[in-house]
Amino acid sequence: MDWKETAIILGTWPHGERGVIVEVLAQNRGRWRGRVPGGASRKARPLLQPGNIVQADWRARLEDQLGMMRIELIDGIAGRHLADPFALDGLALLVADLHLLPEREPEPAMFRAARTVLDHLGEPTIWPALLARLELALLATLGFGLDLSRCAAGGSGPLVWVSPKSGRAVSEEAGRPYADKLLPLPAFLRPDGQGEGQGNRPVPAARDQADALRLTGFFLKRHVLTPRGLKEPHARDRIIRRLKERDT
Amino acid sequence: MSRTPVSPEIERIIQLLARLPGLGPRSARRVTLHLLKNRQVLLDPLARALAQAMETISTCPECGNLDTERPCSLCTDPRRAQDVLCVVADVADLWALERAGVHSGLYHVLGGVLSPIDGTTPEDLGIPTLLERARRLAVKEVILALPATVEGQTTAHYIADALRAALPDVKLTRPAQGMPVGGELDYLDENTLRAAFQDRR
Repeated sequence: MDWKETAIILGTWPHGERGVIVEVLAQNRGRWRGRVPGGASRKARPLLQPGNIVQADWRARLEDQLGMMRIELIDGIAGRHLADPFALDGLALLVADLHLLPEREPEPAMFRAARTVLDHLGEPTIWPALLARLELALLATLGFGLDLSRCAAGGSGPLVWVSPKSGRAVSEEAGRPYADKLLPLPAFLRPDGQGEGQGNRPVPAARDQADALRLTGFFLKRHVLTPRGLKEPHARDRIIRRLKERDT
Repeated sequence: MSRTPVSPEIERIIQLLARLPGLGPRSARRVTLHLLKNRQVLLDPLARALAQAMETISTCPECGNLDTERPCSLCTDPRRAQDVLCVVADVADLWALERAGVHSGLYHVLGGVLSPIDGTTPEDLGIPTLLERARRLAVKEVILALPATVEGQTTAHYIADALRAALPDVKLTRPAQGMPVGGELDYLDENTLRAAFQDRR
């Protein structure tokens, strides 16, 4: 068994003295692990940083074995952002999100979304919105998609909230009496294409991007992290805090 | 039925030694045999040294270093600058800096770096303790000597943010990144080259 394709490095764990187990998100194979002999060496460590785009070459005698992976660098994205705390937090949250995907399930759409976030990490006004959209898609992939297409309470008018109970959108009119209990739905996340940041529309406001990450974070925590006994990445709070600071 | 050629006691030593870094079962067997052949000059002193280490060496409650004294000899050394604190990820990093003799202040060993995948949080690394210590010592400079990796630098930025908020007058520095001694441009990766050129002087 073998395959070779473009992949994103998600993380490494020591394996023996010189080797590491590397986890990647492969373009057409999904989240996949393999052993990299010599992966702990001074030469290999820079290649295996989370977020780097690589050519992964996986081989094993049988399909269900861990197998060996050979890695060649395509784009050293991680190294470009080491001095940028905001981008590093984005990278950390992205990697933590992708780590939630089921192992060995093809997720080409998630790969494309992740690649887009990585390609825009140097643009701090854009990537948080891209990451929020990726998290929305991640929730749907994991079976906990939010229904943002129509008002859960049957109301009309613009959808501006999401019910924390049902994960369904609520219109401004129907949700007004419960505003303090509902989660804000930023316009750019609405599936009707009315939001900003789509096509030629302007970049979403920092406040809206913060609300979007708070919204997706709320449901990821409830449906995925807590049931799996995982801690919420600290990066999310820091990203939201920085977005709020930018907004004021 | 095949019989093992060594006694259970010797097998136990081999098993334990095989767990050490750099040793596998075969090399552990060679080490064990070498120790047993040199009882007086190696095995006995080693056994005593290990027993003594077990008894006396502990983690310094101040900085996280390993030493026989509590607080450790680095923390209590009056010749060291008390107002410069160097934050490192691991005791091995502290030893590396001491070998190089490049830092004459105090240390703070985190014991790891923040990792969203492994779930390592600021509390796991004792970062609140670091802030409290920096305040108590009235440090003037904190050197964030953490790995130049995504997780290492995420940790460094986290600590820098926390220190800026709690102790705004403290100077924050980090070791320079760039060309290693003996490094040739042709063999350096693009990120190291970028860092070297950004920090050129």
